[in-house]
Amino acid sequence: MAEYEIPELRDIPIIPKIKDGTMAHSSPFIAKEPLQVALGYPGELVDNWEEKALDKMDDLRGRYRSLQVYLDTCVKCGACTDKCHYYLGTSDPKNMPVARQDLLRKVYRRYRTFAGKFWGKLGMPWMVGAAELNKEVLDDWYSYFHQCSQCRRCSVYCPYGIDTAEVSMAAREIMSSIGMGQKYCNEIIGKAQTIGNNLGLPLPALADTLEGLEEEVEEETGVPVKYPLDVKGADILLVTPSADFFAEPHVDGLIGYGKVFHEAGASWTISSHASEAANFGMFIGSYENMRTLSQRVRKAALDLGVKRIVFGECGHAWRVAYSFLNTLAGPWDFLDQNYPIPQHICEYTYDLIEKDKIKFDKSENDHITLTFHDSCNVARASRMGDKPGGQFDIPREVIKAACNNYVDMPEDTIKEATFCCGGGGGLLTDDLMELRIKGAQPRMEAYKKVVEENGVTNIAAICAICKAQFSKVLPYYGFGMTDIISVHQLVGDALILSDAPGDDDASDGSNE
Amino acid sequence: MSALFAGIFYIAALILVVGVGRKIMQYARTPAPLKIPTTPAPVTQAGVVIRMAQEVVLFTSLFKANKWIWIFGWMFHFALLLAFFRHLRYTISPDSFLWPIVSFELVQAFGKYASYAMLIGLGGLLARRFLVDRVRYISAPSDYLMLILLLGIAGTGTLMTFVAHTDIVMLKAFVLGLLSFDIKPLPTDLLLLIHLGLVALLMIIFPISKLLHAPGIFFSPSRNQVDNPREKRHLASWAAKYDAENSK
Repeated sequence: MAEYEIPELRDIPIIPKIKDGTMAHSSPFIAKEPLQVALGYPGELVDNWEEKALDKMDDLRGRYRSLQVYLDTCVKCGACTDKCHYYLGTSDPKNMPVARQDLLRKVYRRYRTFAGKFWGKLGMPWMVGAAELNKEVLDDWYSYFHQCSQCRRCSVYCPYGIDTAEVSMAAREIMSSIGMGQKYCNEIIGKAQTIGNNLGLPLPALADTLEGLEEEVEEETGVPVKYPLDVKGADILLVTPSADFFAEPHVDGLIGYGKVFHEAGASWTISSHASEAANFGMFIGSYENMRTLSQRVRKAALDLGVKRIVFGECGHAWRVAYSFLNTLAGPWDFLDQNYPIPQHICEYTYDLIEKDKIKFDKSENDHITLTFHDSCNVARASRMGDKPGGQFDIPREVIKAACNNYVDMPEDTIKEATFCCGGGGGLLTDDLMELRIKGAQPRMEAYKKVVEENGVTNIAAICAICKAQFSKVLPYYGFGMTDIISVHQLVGDALILSDAPGDDDASDGSNE
Repeated sequence: MSALFAGIFYIAALILVVGVGRKIMQYARTPAPLKIPTTPAPVTQAGVVIRMAQEVVLFTSLFKANKWIWIFGWMFHFALLLAFFRHLRYTISPDSFLWPIVSFELVQAFGKYASYAMLIGLGGLLARRFLVDRVRYISAPSDYLMLILLLGIAGTGTLMTFVAHTDIVMLKAFVLGLLSFDIKPLPTDLLLLIHLGLVALLMIIFPISKLLHAPGIFFSPSRNQVDNPREKRHLASWAAKYDAENSK
């Protein structure tokens, strides 16, 4: 592990005093020319970038009511100042949501409001919280708008619902459009738009992987569970984050989905064309890129002739799927209207549990005591089921159906108040490792509490980013990197496969 | 003096109405291309009305966030509402059908003592700006000045209510005169002139300041959208052109 200053995990979290500039050095790598050009952005910082930046800001203000209203309405009340996990973990005041927004708002005020122009002409724009746009401000933008995971925790507490995610997205789109895109996101979007997934797995590698999974699962359970790829005429298209094909603990989740489909007798397939649930177009605030990526799901569904679309465990992906897919790639009139479009894998599994179509041997999971990390974008930007808050209840119901020992973390750190893992929103890159570690502190503090007080051994999540982030960050805080598991790993481990050879005793312990 | 103040108030009223009207038009005309309610969110339009009403009347999100800001902020705003009702007495003729409500004893009594609540609320908010390091960091001079302006209005109003009364009959004649474009003499005590001057200033800066939070909240997509993206396709005008480009 590299050397970082690891924040302390306290028993009673206290809001830190501000320490100006502690994270000013944290910036992700800037996208090089080919990555920028591939997404339709200039290759390097354009000459008249100040003017272009303001033009783009005006364009976005005209297209997004959220941005325009949020730039105008903040009263600087301070309600959000202690809500961001990056502020709590770094003490840098520019990580307070209002201060982060102000990096853009002060420029808006200076050039586009009467008050800012008036005081600006007198040389005192700071009177009304306005400021000139210069290189220093641009550097602040690049640094601090890449210290926001777009988790929306601040928007829960804002009296006007101001969502810093909207402002961060707009700022990133402005920066991309003047030649300051982020390498990590743009590289991934490029891969997803050409190859079909964020990892850049070509068809043969994908086919190989799925075949390997089939062998592994059959060896373990004796049941020929299939992981089909590009099967025309299948009923269900599964769109899942590409990390599910390779990474740990993600792949155990994919194994779980397959077992559930198998037990339900469903006809399903993965598509090589849309082999990615995540949509990084959202992270960079680009409607156009987000739409291009979403259209791959539409094409896959049409080409394969499926009737339903189910999304695997992924947080921001579920936001795009649940909240945006109908807008970006709909209408879905060619799919079976009797099911939600798209459906979350947890909704799918929960439905089978409700209808008593699948059974569990919960004792398979008796060796663990579990808690659940509500992924930010599932919690605050989407829903499951038909009631508000279903996104909290359904995953928990699925977990409890598969596991005897379950404990929630403290109330102010779960559900709508959940803390981001620290790696969301396009920040899950090694060049932001310090930020990721520090940003995980509030979640780690809550986890520590239930580990110490309730003997919790594992934390489950339904997001590829959370899983990757936790397996990297948990060790820094003295926990095991394998503490983090997929919800559908629990499901898969406890699910009774009715066509398994022999009775239950025979398969006991085979998954250790 | 009467003509001067009459002029100021006509201009201030014009700026307020036109300025805020233009901002409201801008908010209303700008599309919200994506469904972004902060969830859990209501799944029906009626639910959204309830959510918004709770936000506007009770400041529910602020209550969740911070009890100190909530108590001071809510106290100030509620007191402002009571004071507003009390002030209607000066603008409505006894012939009006509204008169029985406005002159109702309770409205007058509450409005009177609301001034203390207003001062406490504003004082608390101002103290936070100085005392809490995080709030101090995000405060510009205009943020302090806004509170001082409101304190000035509330302070002069309180003094006129409890210490040095103005000639209220004369003032009412002036106000009713303003409404019918017939300028009548205005009492000239200093407290009243300061009070009225600051109110006019507040009206003028309303459309160019953070006071836009008042109309703004109703247009906040994270609070005013129905959570039904799967059931109902949401498409902004500018986004619809992409649909036309690839009809399947």
